[in-house]
Amino acid sequence: MSKATADQERCKGCGLCIAYCKKNALEMSSHINSRGYKSIRVLPDNCIGCGICYTVCPDGVFTIAAE
Amino acid sequence: MGDMIKGNIAVAEAAVRAGIEVYAGYPITPSTEVMEYLSARLPELGRTFIQAESELAAINMVLGVSACGRRSLTASSGPGISLKQEGISYMAQMNFPAVILNVVRWGNGLGSLDGAQTDYLRETRGGGNGDYRNIVLCPSTVQETVDLMYEAFDIAEKYRCIVVVMTDSGLGQMMEPCEMPPFREIRKCSWGLDGTYQVKRPDFLGRNIPGESDAYIRKVREMRENEQRWEAVGLEDAEYVFVAYGMCGRVMTGLVSEMRAAGQRVGLLRPITAWPFPEKAFAQMREKAPGLKGLITVETNGEGQMVEDVALYAKKYGLGQVPVYALPYVCGVPKDDVVKADFDRILSGEIKEVF
Amino acid sequence: MAVEKRVPALCNYAMFCAGCGHGVLLRLICECLEELGQEKNTIAAIGVGCSCHLKSGINVDLVQCPHGRAGAVATGIRRAEPDKCVFTYQGDGDAYNIGIAETLNAAYRNENLCVFVVNNNNFGMTGGQMSWTTMEGQKTATSPAGRDIALTGAPIKVPEMIAHSFRPAYVARGAVTTPAEINRLKGYIKNAFQAQLNHEGYSMVEVLSTCPTNWGMEPLAAHQHLMEHVVPYYQLGEFKKRGE
Repeated sequence: MSKATADQERCKGCGLCIAYCKKNALEMSSHINSRGYKSIRVLPDNCIGCGICYTVCPDGVFTIAAE
Repeated sequence: MGDMIKGNIAVAEAAVRAGIEVYAGYPITPSTEVMEYLSARLPELGRTFIQAESELAAINMVLGVSACGRRSLTASSGPGISLKQEGISYMAQMNFPAVILNVVRWGNGLGSLDGAQTDYLRETRGGGNGDYRNIVLCPSTVQETVDLMYEAFDIAEKYRCIVVVMTDSGLGQMMEPCEMPPFREIRKCSWGLDGTYQVKRPDFLGRNIPGESDAYIRKVREMRENEQRWEAVGLEDAEYVFVAYGMCGRVMTGLVSEMRAAGQRVGLLRPITAWPFPEKAFAQMREKAPGLKGLITVETNGEGQMVEDVALYAKKYGLGQVPVYALPYVCGVPKDDVVKADFDRILSGEIKEVF
Repeated sequence: MAVEKRVPALCNYAMFCAGCGHGVLLRLICECLEELGQEKNTIAAIGVGCSCHLKSGINVDLVQCPHGRAGAVATGIRRAEPDKCVFTYQGDGDAYNIGIAETLNAAYRNENLCVFVVNNNNFGMTGGQMSWTTMEGQKTATSPAGRDIALTGAPIKVPEMIAHSFRPAYVARGAVTTPAEINRLKGYIKNAFQAQLNHEGYSMVEVLSTCPTNWGMEPLAAHQHLMEHVVPYYQLGEFKKRGE
């Protein structure tokens, strides 16, 4: 099964992916990336690899690939 | 001797032979024959003619062609050249070469259709916002216009700078016999964009401005050192040296040789590049003409524009004590008997020096 | 059913604000260029404003145009390089305010190129001033009491103007909001590129986007605002289909 992975360095913490994810598979982590943004984390147990986060993300954070 | 040809047609054909692939322009008297001619000539050769919606659009089309490392031309006059300054300044920033033909007409704003030298300061100072210089070529015959237009593209590409060919109504509209140069092979400059992303760019917010400026100024200094062109007559014994370019230079070429034949100790400096100004001629004058009593510009504008450069370079080359006069004739072509009479008024002290 | 998705190598990190819609459009353009095999055959003409971020945001040849002149610069590129894929990327201020002459004239000539305009109802880069697309009553830095359309004109609809007055190949308006709209928008962008590669002529895709920073809204609230207040005025869809 495919899962989303997040490149936290590209994330700006806008939270759009969290809002559009139907599976509660994303949460804002406390990790501050090198550009100073809070960044997103994937909860793999909930992720079904649908790609909605990839679609709505303005910053190319997500990759959906086979595990 | 070549065939009789009108200045504007001749200069357009010279650009064709220099290898322009695109012309973009907007009609304006007295330059319009250039685009009329090219609207038939370029398609005949399988090249591109674009009638642009404005001079502003035309210069930006030239910018696009230049970005691809290809040759193009735009021509205009007066207020049309004013509109092009935005694109010229951008091209200077991006080091895109271009050749622009200004068939100068008199005046501020709409001005008039008369030939004049009212754009001297604008052309030699760059014209748009910023810290750049354009090479300004100012021919005085149709043949010289053709030769300079033909070479202008090589100069522009050598320095990746703007070259302005500055003629005027008179030179554009007159007919003279003229030899045409051979056709250049069309080629794309190696640095031109080709879609393969070979040209990397600095980050939008991470530019090194002092570095960019230094590189540009180095180029300006090289242009200033290498590209000064002029024609001189009688500098070795002249008491008074006339300085005149374009149509005024043409009149003065004849008049000075006539006056010298009559025994008057006059000389002529005819700038062929208005920028870089032929300052090296001033160094020669200092050495050759110890008896120099005055420098006199002959110009067609209200109170002299080039006279400022003449005074500046006289100072730079140790001729600061030599009075600098201006004989400005507003527009058209000055008549030689009028210039002669005004020269007498300088000698009598009636006309005072400007600097 | 799971799908493989990864951001095209063309698409760099871009310095847009958090939640800004530009980034989605940038990625969609990159996806289409990649899917059409144009990654090494493309020259872009970008506008001034937030579009400037494409200088580092996309790995294709591009020219930074004077403000508003991308339509003319792209015309020059198109005529110089007939076989390249050429597109402009501009904001509404660039394409519709200062550049309306160049935008309309490139469409009028039916230049064979793609024009992408981000319509976020204001001048973003300079700090949220009124543009010709600012909505009636919308407060901006230069319409502090809300846009008065009796004095400033009503929000401009350029795609409709081009589709109905000229003879372009393809004109559409999409939005960067829900996944469904984003997927539809990608179809529009692909159509535009295909029209060009097929030498059909001019295409424009206007993209309704949020500007969370200058609207003073959270990214998601900005999405909702766009769908509720902007989309009813700026209708989504294709105004000129290919081959029509």
